[in-house]
Amino acid sequence: MDREMAIEVRDLVKRFGSFTANDRLTFDVYKGEIFGFLGANGAGKTTAMRILCGLSRPTSGRVTVAGIDSGNPEAIKRRIGYMSQRFSLYEDLTVNENLELYGGIYGMTMKEIRQRREELLQRLSFTGYCETLIQALPLGLRQKLAFAVAVFHEPEIVFLDEPTSGVDPVTRRQFWEMIYETASRGMTVFVTTHYMDEAEYCDRITIMSEGRIVALDSPSALREQHGTASVEELFVKIARPKNTNS
Amino acid sequence: MAAVEALNITHRYGRVTALDDISFNVNEGELFGFIGPDGAGKTTLFRIAATLIIPAGGRMTLFGLNTVSRYRELRNHIGYMPGRFSLYQDLTVEENLNFYATIFGTTIKENYHLIELIYKQIEPFRKRQAGRLSGGMKQKLALSCALIHKPGILILDEPTTGVDAVSRTEFWEMLANLKSEGITIIVSTPYMDEALRCDRIALIQKGKLLAIDTPFNIRSSYARKLYAVSHPDRYRLLIALRSLPQVITSEPFGDSVHVVLRDDVLPPEVKKALEETGLHGVSIAGTMPGIEDVFLELMQKEQ
Repeated sequence: MDREMAIEVRDLVKRFGSFTANDRLTFDVYKGEIFGFLGANGAGKTTAMRILCGLSRPTSGRVTVAGIDSGNPEAIKRRIGYMSQRFSLYEDLTVNENLELYGGIYGMTMKEIRQRREELLQRLSFTGYCETLIQALPLGLRQKLAFAVAVFHEPEIVFLDEPTSGVDPVTRRQFWEMIYETASRGMTVFVTTHYMDEAEYCDRITIMSEGRIVALDSPSALREQHGTASVEELFVKIARPKNTNS
Repeated sequence: MAAVEALNITHRYGRVTALDDISFNVNEGELFGFIGPDGAGKTTLFRIAATLIIPAGGRMTLFGLNTVSRYRELRNHIGYMPGRFSLYQDLTVEENLNFYATIFGTTIKENYHLIELIYKQIEPFRKRQAGRLSGGMKQKLALSCALIHKPGILILDEPTTGVDAVSRTEFWEMLANLKSEGITIIVSTPYMDEALRCDRIALIQKGKLLAIDTPFNIRSSYARKLYAVSHPDRYRLLIALRSLPQVITSEPFGDSVHVVLRDDVLPPEVKKALEETGLHGVSIAGTMPGIEDVFLELMQKEQ
């Protein structure tokens, strides 16, 4: 089966001095899939994600994101969306102003911004908050808005770095429904998380350990291959680094 | 004597009520968990327990000593690990530990047995500056420093937040060891699955306690019959379940959706209704509620 690729990574190596953070990573992410990127702290996830987002160059290997080679990071940045684990909106701007700012940065016209903003705020049932300052929004709403901002310019791929860290269980589920909905419209979602139940929500997951990929498949296939009842059990079984320097 | 007694604790920041009339007891030698999301009030509560802030209302005692009037004495019995790493970044591992031992009038040697299992793992890096340690190593050093004066109680504010599942498992194993030494531990976490490792837990949300009990009793308190429904296309399944009149609640849980059905409805009827929407091969089975199911139920009741 030939599926359209959103991300292609071949033999990606990234070294910092004598330390190899990414050791010959090879994987594909299909268009429209929810791809979970897991690993222990220090396994090399952040390094790889920074390369995929065009923020850092690989030492060697080939990386293509949204059809663009990693040698052209500025073009990559225009085609992706990014949301970090820490909240990244301007607290002293309103909801509308934040959307205008990010839309403007990504080169959208004011007309486009207004039109999409309308649409977006309705879909999120956010219309009552247009003129509200971010700092006055409850935590759960902020997190959802941060996601909405990351996909506002309709990128081909959105990168979510621990988007639900510390969020209450109701908001966490609403957040994942937004992810499902976004993926069902054809956008590719690349997500990291420490919640192992969220790993089960992904179409496919990869687990990194000590700079390498040690597992890559759908959660159900991986559970079956390793004879574990859950991804959590699997993770504890295979993601533990061999030395204890972690 | 209870290790912790909290009575009607209230605290405000301006117009925001961070803690709203909170009462609980922790027994000596107990591993007691506060489970709740960011903004629930966990950190404020722990700072009051650690004698760092004075509550606006109510009172708290640790080992019979009031946290406000007897704070000086009490501090000798408390080991506190704040949520943010707050050791001296430009001191080495060893220097930090020595510093904490010295200000409490003890030595590393005197209480080494308490920290041995934990400290041994970072001892090879004892000459490294604390700021240059990895997350997992910082966590181990912070715990060692909180323990070095042999406190009667450990107050650990979200020690596992942002930590991967492997290191989290190891950390809870360390806590189980310390508990067996007779140390009382109160610990907070946003990860609901970690609740199962505590003797008793309090579920906390928006400054209020939703429940206090053993993890088993809390899971058993779930009043309704719960089903796990699964299908490869989870999003379609969820949308379909939400549209069915037979379904009261449906929440995604890992690889399935947890569903509560109306009293008069049995699984085959739901399966048939789902088939009518075009979803075939759905499986439905009864399942045991987890802490998170209960938390969701209690949150919805509050709203």
